[in-house]
Amino acid sequence: MKSLILRDLRLAVRSGGGFALTLSFFLIVVMMVPFGVGANLDLLARIAPGVLWIGALLSCLLSLDRIFQLDWEDGTLEALATSPIPLSGIATAKATAHWIITGLPITIAAIPLGYLLNLETEAYIWLVASLSVGTPALSFIGAFGAAITVGIKRGGLLLSLLVLPLYIPTLMLGAQCVTIGSETPIKLLALVAAISLFCIALIPFACAIALRANLK
Amino acid sequence: MSLWEYANPAKFMALSARILPYLAIASSCLLLAGLFWGFFLTPADYKQGSTVKIIFLHVPAALMAINAWLMMLVTSLVWLIRRHHVSALAAKAAAPIGITMTLIAIATGAIWGKPMWGTYWAWDPRLTSFMILLVFYFGYLALWEAIEDKDTAADLTSILCIVGSIFALLSRYAVNFWSQGLHQGASLSLDKEQHVDNTFYLPLLVCIVGMVLLFLTLVLIRTRTEIRSRRLIALRLRGI
Amino acid sequence: MLLNVTNLNCRRGPKLIIANVSLSVTAGECIILRGPNGSGKTTLLRFLAGLSDNAGIKTYNNSIAYSGHLDGVKSTLTVNENLSFWAGIYATNNLDKVIKKLNLEDLSNNLVGELSTGQKRRLGLARMLISNAKIWLMDEPTSSLDTSTSSLIFEAINLHCKNDGAAIISTHINLNIPKSRVLNMEDFAVKREDEDDPFLKGSFQ
Repeated sequence: MKSLILRDLRLAVRSGGGFALTLSFFLIVVMMVPFGVGANLDLLARIAPGVLWIGALLSCLLSLDRIFQLDWEDGTLEALATSPIPLSGIATAKATAHWIITGLPITIAAIPLGYLLNLETEAYIWLVASLSVGTPALSFIGAFGAAITVGIKRGGLLLSLLVLPLYIPTLMLGAQCVTIGSETPIKLLALVAAISLFCIALIPFACAIALRANLK
Repeated sequence: MSLWEYANPAKFMALSARILPYLAIASSCLLLAGLFWGFFLTPADYKQGSTVKIIFLHVPAALMAINAWLMMLVTSLVWLIRRHHVSALAAKAAAPIGITMTLIAIATGAIWGKPMWGTYWAWDPRLTSFMILLVFYFGYLALWEAIEDKDTAADLTSILCIVGSIFALLSRYAVNFWSQGLHQGASLSLDKEQHVDNTFYLPLLVCIVGMVLLFLTLVLIRTRTEIRSRRLIALRLRGI
Repeated sequence: MLLNVTNLNCRRGPKLIIANVSLSVTAGECIILRGPNGSGKTTLLRFLAGLSDNAGIKTYNNSIAYSGHLDGVKSTLTVNENLSFWAGIYATNNLDKVIKKLNLEDLSNNLVGELSTGQKRRLGLARMLISNAKIWLMDEPTSSLDTSTSSLIFEAINLHCKNDGAAIISTHINLNIPKSRVLNMEDFAVKREDEDDPFLKGSFQ
């Protein structure tokens, strides 16, 4: 499994698109918001938590189809499925690699982007905390969507339609956690972490069933 | 004689053909009677006037919107565990009916909401949950349509339905945190039901039973259609 | 005995492709699947590899390596990186030996994207060797290869069988492998009475 994670990271770096594409997309999404709603700093400060979370979510979504698609196309997935590693282990490794390539940089990039949106000073700690415990859930849920749509040509739109509803609870709790004035950010943070842990524990098995059905 | 025997398509077709007419007649009689009773034979509420009577459509539709998803969850599990083809097809058959019920519930809710709260739509926890349920239904059906091989589609939609159920449930409770303080105490229809007295309660019960039977009738009809279309595929492959 | 199959029915999608396959493989044996396109060679190999339902298939030391039409190599990684990835997946340590055996030393730092088709196929073969699996399942291992590369692959298969391995191969070419046995796919062709589509069962009586 370690070698699978390392290989995915290496591939992401080699193809160049990996980190940079996700981060540029995150920047653009966040940048579009003031263009759309106006540069009123008070308004921006109020909507910043939601915008940053939605931006993170969309940037994550952008790279989901690469999780299994490339390996599916060149026969690697078949070979992996017949290797001694169980499919749930493969899904775990792939989702972990996806998190390192997207979730982690997004969490870090959210800090300067928060400044652009005039995020309140006290909110930064909750922003970083909620994104760092919430993005693993995004990667694992996303891997599930990618596993389901791996056999479908041009399945990108369908993938978004399947994955975005699954992101709803994470988004609601995560964005609410960053919003200053919510009374119990620590409680919300714990709930986001709970969703992430739940996803890490169980989603790989759902991924395995989906991959198995697709490989048939 | 076990229940599972009816999971055989041929047996299912024979049995469903026999009970469908009765089911259809019973559901239409009950629904018509219940709605007529509810709309014309109950007194108008002293506070809400006659608008309250929309509950006779709203509550049964909302109940069935959720129950249709629950039925899909159960049949999906049966397919994944016991590989009964009828089960997977019944799940597929139920989805569009569930969507219709959800839409009816949202629409009647909006019509009722306007005179009661002065707005067609609010991001109230319960309304939001129904909107989320609707999106889950759309994703589920879209996946069925996107995959060519029927058994693979059944596998994938089943696992999506199971995972989706978990996250729909999570959303249902996450919504409470999210809309805290926005629409406090805006709970409506379902709590209301508990205070309704018998003059409203009985016709409502008739409507609910009628709606359950209507749902069963439609699911059976649609499952039969699905089975027939699978038979056509099988015959074509055989080259007859 | 390495592999035992009894009364296996293989479907591709809803269609029954081959029926009643019974077959057992012992160490040192090489089985060659023959039959025209569409006779179910690929389907059978995928079933044996466990990619589809595996009811009716019994493997005895649970080590199978499968190679399909695609080699499963990444063009943006070097030969060495590709192969050490598979060595990590199979948790084996014979990487250097395999590279030497297949004359890949000179290529080991080249990106796979720069290699020719034959060289890529050699990488696919290298993965089989790295896996240390007893049973090789290979689908058209020599498609689009010239004679010299083909014979390199057959030699490797031969050697593998000599070392108490076994192989099941689908191919059109006549091989020169001593203990080989030809399996004609026509023997498994679906007859009318084999068909068991659940939607037709008992429908028209």
